[in-house]
Amino acid sequence: MSARPASPFARFALVSSALVLVALILVLPLISVFIEAFRGGVQAWFEAVSHPDAVAALKLTLWVAAIVVPVNVILGVVAGWALGKFEFPGRSLLITLIDLPFAVSPVVAGLLFILLFGRRGWFGPWLGDRGLEVIFAPTGIILATLFVTFPFVARELIPLMQSSGNEEEEAARVLGAGFFQTFFRVTLPNIKWALLYGIILCTARAVGEFGAVSVVSGHIRGQTNTLPLEVEILYNEYRTQAAFSVASLLACVALVALVVKALARKYSNERHRNDEKGVR
Amino acid sequence: MSIEVRGISKQFGTHAALDGVSILVEPGEFVALLGPSGSGKTSLLRIIAGLEQPDAGSVHFHGEDATARDAKDRKVGFVFQHYALFGRMTVFENVAFGMRVKPRANRPPESEIRRKVEELLHLVQLDWMQDRLPSELSGGQRQRVALARALAVEPRVLLLDEPFGSLDAKVRRELRSWLRRLHDEIHLTSLFVTHDQEEALQMADRVVLLHEGRIEQIGTPDEIRSRPASYFVREFLEIS
Ligand SMILES: Nc1ncnc2c1ncn2[C@@H]1O[C@H](COP(=O)(O)OP(=O)(O)OP(=O)(O)O)[C@@H](O)[C@H]1O
Ligand SMILES: [Mg+2]
Repeated sequence: MSARPASPFARFALVSSALVLVALILVLPLISVFIEAFRGGVQAWFEAVSHPDAVAALKLTLWVAAIVVPVNVILGVVAGWALGKFEFPGRSLLITLIDLPFAVSPVVAGLLFILLFGRRGWFGPWLGDRGLEVIFAPTGIILATLFVTFPFVARELIPLMQSSGNEEEEAARVLGAGFFQTFFRVTLPNIKWALLYGIILCTARAVGEFGAVSVVSGHIRGQTNTLPLEVEILYNEYRTQAAFSVASLLACVALVALVVKALARKYSNERHRNDEKGVR
Repeated sequence: MSIEVRGISKQFGTHAALDGVSILVEPGEFVALLGPSGSGKTSLLRIIAGLEQPDAGSVHFHGEDATARDAKDRKVGFVFQHYALFGRMTVFENVAFGMRVKPRANRPPESEIRRKVEELLHLVQLDWMQDRLPSELSGGQRQRVALARALAVEPRVLLLDEPFGSLDAKVRRELRSWLRRLHDEIHLTSLFVTHDQEEALQMADRVVLLHEGRIEQIGTPDEIRSRPASYFVREFLEIS
């Protein structure tokens, strides 16, 4: 189709159908989660979310996020730096590889870890002999989540670090700044909003990951059950109201993530606009 | 403090950006590095500053071999072609940066930093702009902030990469004579890059003419004007 200016009517029709679609596909399900969660009243909601299994699942989920997010931030910054600021052979291949966790189905990612660390896996027996369980244990959940959420931070940073070039860093070096001084005083302030954006996405996914975690977790209640898995179990047991109550916790995480994300986007865009106005 | 490069060669892929370049800049001298685009001027400056390693040859400051020294320890002032100011820092913080990142033992106290920054901003005639961001300055003002920032660490030598490259002709002329006067005041050994022959011949004590990674001629502006060493020099300087 050519890019003819649309008539006012066509524009109205397009915009309103987009809005209706968004409402139907995105907003309605979110609202229904909360409606279902509070169907039995606040009391029932509270009982569901304070059930020992739910609390254990919440704790495990937070633990996993608390480990996965910082690790991926460090890995992502290092990867973003290496790939964004330096030219070397194999660079574009590496950039493609970073997206691998997005490209493969999370279930496949989970199976991959079973293949590596399962009882009959490549490293499983060796680790098992030393009393280290990975599969059906929190370690496996952490590894699988790490894998699935790895691209978020790196992907945000690579284009930004690429476009901002190396000039400010080089200026800092000539002025006598060491590696860490350069990073914390010059590089970090330039990437902080994109970094925050990546962290939010990474956190949201780490908390909500289902597929990969489901494969390696073993679904042991109170031990290896994360929030999404707990929701599924409750739902399968026809405890719909409890399932939605626990799901409402996840929905809250998503909402907070959305708000922070919108803010981060806004600020990083402003920053970009300033860059275009001048500086370089 | 003198700057000397001996037999510098630098290869990018199969392309020789610099091929056996030797220059000696005497203490307090103001030397222009002149050459057409792609002749290797920026590459040479970056090698002197330590931002790039040469494939062959050595860099000496005050007769001392600095080839293996890291950029952060070379104590050179570098003014980048596109200023490379820190976009998120105020003018004041940009100039103060070099002092703030010194090792704690010889970092000046805050009052000293403030005094020094104000003095430098006064020198480059921008004292009233300390709290602005670089994006709020004009090109010529940014250029002067970049210069003040480079001078703040009391460099032993000053390297300027097309300091007036992106300015309009009038501002260029003003800054040119201003920089020359500044040099005559502080006598800092300076090497400055330009592809503008008029600029080089007008400002510099001596001119180094670079062409495809090799030196075509070194000499005072008068020498070069009256005795161009090759057809290229004649052509490039439009000497009839
Ligand atoms: N990082 C690099 N990778 C590959 N080639 C490079 C690199 N830096 C410079 N070159 C090449 O080396 C040659 C010299 O480049 P240099 O930047 O030193 O030229 P210059 O004299 O500063 O030119 P200009 O006046 O356009 O700034 C050019 O042919 C350039 O393409
Ligand atoms: Mg150049």
